[in-house]
Amino acid sequence: MKDMGEMLLRPEAFSEIVIGNTALVRAMVESKVEVVTSYPGSPTPEIATAIASMPAAGRPFYFEFSVNEKVATEVAFGAALNGHLSVVFFKSVGLNVAADTFVQLPLMEIGGGLVVILGDDPGAHSSQNEQDNRHFARLAYLPVFEPATAAEVYSMFKEAASLAAVRRMAVILRLTTHVCHAKEKVAFGRYAAAPRNDAPRFDVKNGPYVPIAAAVFPMKRKALQKLEAFREYSEASPFNLRIDHGNPKRGVVTSGTAFLSLGDVLGFAGDLPDVIKLGITHPLPRRLLVEFLKNHAQVLVLEELDDILETEIRALAQSEGLPTAIIGKSELEDWIGEYTPERVAAKLDKVWPELLAPRPERSGTQPAVPSRPPQLCPGCGHRSAFYAVKKALADSDITVADIGCHSLGFLPPYTMGQVLLCMGASTATASGLGLFNTQRQVVAFLGDSTFFHAGIPGIINAVFNRHQLTLVIMENGTTAMTGHQEHPATGKNFNGPTLAIPLRRVLESLGIANIREIDAYSQKKLSAMVQEAVREEGFKVIIAKHPCMLKHTREQKRQGTWKGLPVEVDQKKCRRIHECVSVFACPSYQLAGDGTVRVSEDLCIGDGSCLQTCPATAIATRGQGEQNEKR
Amino acid sequence: MKKDKFDIYLIGVGGQGIGLLSETLIRAADHAGLAVKGVDTHGLAQRGGMVVSHVRLGAGAHSPLVMAGQAEMVVALERHEALRGMNLYLRDGGTLVYYDTSWQPLNVRLKKDRPLEAAVISGECRVREIREVRVFQPGLEDPRMQNVAVLAEICRQKLVPGVNSGHVTAALNDLLAGPVLEKNLALFQKIIQGQK
Repeated sequence: MKDMGEMLLRPEAFSEIVIGNTALVRAMVESKVEVVTSYPGSPTPEIATAIASMPAAGRPFYFEFSVNEKVATEVAFGAALNGHLSVVFFKSVGLNVAADTFVQLPLMEIGGGLVVILGDDPGAHSSQNEQDNRHFARLAYLPVFEPATAAEVYSMFKEAASLAAVRRMAVILRLTTHVCHAKEKVAFGRYAAAPRNDAPRFDVKNGPYVPIAAAVFPMKRKALQKLEAFREYSEASPFNLRIDHGNPKRGVVTSGTAFLSLGDVLGFAGDLPDVIKLGITHPLPRRLLVEFLKNHAQVLVLEELDDILETEIRALAQSEGLPTAIIGKSELEDWIGEYTPERVAAKLDKVWPELLAPRPERSGTQPAVPSRPPQLCPGCGHRSAFYAVKKALADSDITVADIGCHSLGFLPPYTMGQVLLCMGASTATASGLGLFNTQRQVVAFLGDSTFFHAGIPGIINAVFNRHQLTLVIMENGTTAMTGHQEHPATGKNFNGPTLAIPLRRVLESLGIANIREIDAYSQKKLSAMVQEAVREEGFKVIIAKHPCMLKHTREQKRQGTWKGLPVEVDQKKCRRIHECVSVFACPSYQLAGDGTVRVSEDLCIGDGSCLQTCPATAIATRGQGEQNEKR
Repeated sequence: MKKDKFDIYLIGVGGQGIGLLSETLIRAADHAGLAVKGVDTHGLAQRGGMVVSHVRLGAGAHSPLVMAGQAEMVVALERHEALRGMNLYLRDGGTLVYYDTSWQPLNVRLKKDRPLEAAVISGECRVREIREVRVFQPGLEDPRMQNVAVLAEICRQKLVPGVNSGHVTAALNDLLAGPVLEKNLALFQKIIQGQK
């Protein structure tokens, strides 16, 4: 088997098939990055997976999962002030959390250089929105590289890191989901380990570093000057690619994966348009674009998500007095979703109807297939908790979700968590829902990693301002949704053992007296607790605890200690009430057309959380049901 | 048919091993000296949702994503997903390879939808002149090896041009080790040889 860690640290040049996120880590190694920070989430968690594959002793840089993205940015910034080339990487909505810190970066002279890696998620594959983070770059006067492929991730990171260090600034590398995860063979360069300069090099003489009142303006001026200097670099950069087919009529300006989709679609075209593929999308290379606009009667701006390039290119044409017809977004749908090859084909058909030859169409009846929403895993403690909480509440009560695996509780049959904003928002949202509200109980849910990330301020506010609500903390002992990273209560960080900060003790230290704690599998007791708590005055917390069973069973199986007891349905006892398959709804239960229920041997992990749910006691440990019959 | 590319769309349910299947095909194609790229689009799939992977062979492929309705081949590890993948991505006259097991989607278990019968897939394949390859391996010791059973059937019937069982074996050696590798190779060889 090929060893990823060995590959990432290999001294000689080589080629390997990798995803964008892995290519990025080799680029960090070759660029001699010294500090990397993050908070986990899609589409960038594999960056940390690749980092973890390098044995800690040989890892050429420090890495931490910080408690949230704001903290991660600050740690990387601080390290860079001391002269260490640093990187912070985010999930799709991570920069929102770091925004307060991030917008100050351009004002600072960052000696070591800082690369900010954004993982946008066009198509909202695993995010609560598909926000276009290029807006943030304009807000903060920071340059943006936008790779389209894993090979470009590698080469653009190296360029961004080098420029960040030389120009003593922050530079953004903006990835998207299908750049992070796309696989191809990438040719890597050599890596020679070099000794690190541990001398702390922070010096106020390089500042100012304190933007108070009038001091802000020279700092802002310098930020704008750096941005303009970057524009000059961008004008000549080979990352802004011009593909000439000698077409005086039609040109296309595009970037990222939309460029790749265009490449596929033009396979159906006769008269090929000229193309500019922007690798640097902020600041825009004005001379390059003006020249392109002058040489074409029509220019299509093919841009995924928002119309940022389009707006700037229109302004450019206006200020230069150019007659070029600029074609951009024309309907709301153009702002929505990923620019896949079929989307780009549809757009070109609309803009230039005769350009593409007709594609073969599918015949047949396209029979309907039931949709397959994601679900809580077999054995998940959240399922037991939602099943129990639902029984304790009236249909009219209000439940508020937070981010994490437990967000999936909103799906039937549980329908627990009827509103969801973002990380840590549930407690304060529920506090607001409780105002003037004496008729409907309000219950919020929160996961344990999110508790530490952004959940604590809402909880302190509920205590401070005496809000009326019940908070159910779903404690599974990990950051499950993003791939089981450690968090401050687990007693381990990315690099090894550390002080555990037990969640309950944090709550107690805040003066919260009304705390209940229960194993989430104890469904009847949990249900009774919720019934009591919602009727009490003030702010009540219930900790519903059960380890993430996906992680737990994997670990136990690896150690050979897992003692699962898979279940089956005793067909003689089963009264076809269907509590197991349609109300508790563990995916292991399969329903036949005649109403018979059986347990899938492929799916049941033997956790036993379902045994207590059957009113007819027809669920038994596999083998036991038959034995009962014999008796 | 234009032969500068061969597009494969793979689909299954989280936990079935679409990722390994796709990575093996990509590496096998590389061992065969073909240009190749691809992407997994897993989303929240680990939680029992769909897992999709795109594999594109040949120098004519630009995006890692297969264009809807243009795939030469759809590979599925579950019956419902076979029909879904075929509806969305398979071109008429293409090939459908699927492992015939059923992981019921939520609405089937909630009695809001009917479970899918394999006959519906066969009927649609006939209408669209799609070559249907149904794989089912009775007595498989571990359901997580269904992906390798499918891989072996793809090789046995030479369904991916230019990729043979030697390339696939080399790819499996890149990706797996120890008893897991041995078990998977044993199953692979059994299917390749046993039914030749």
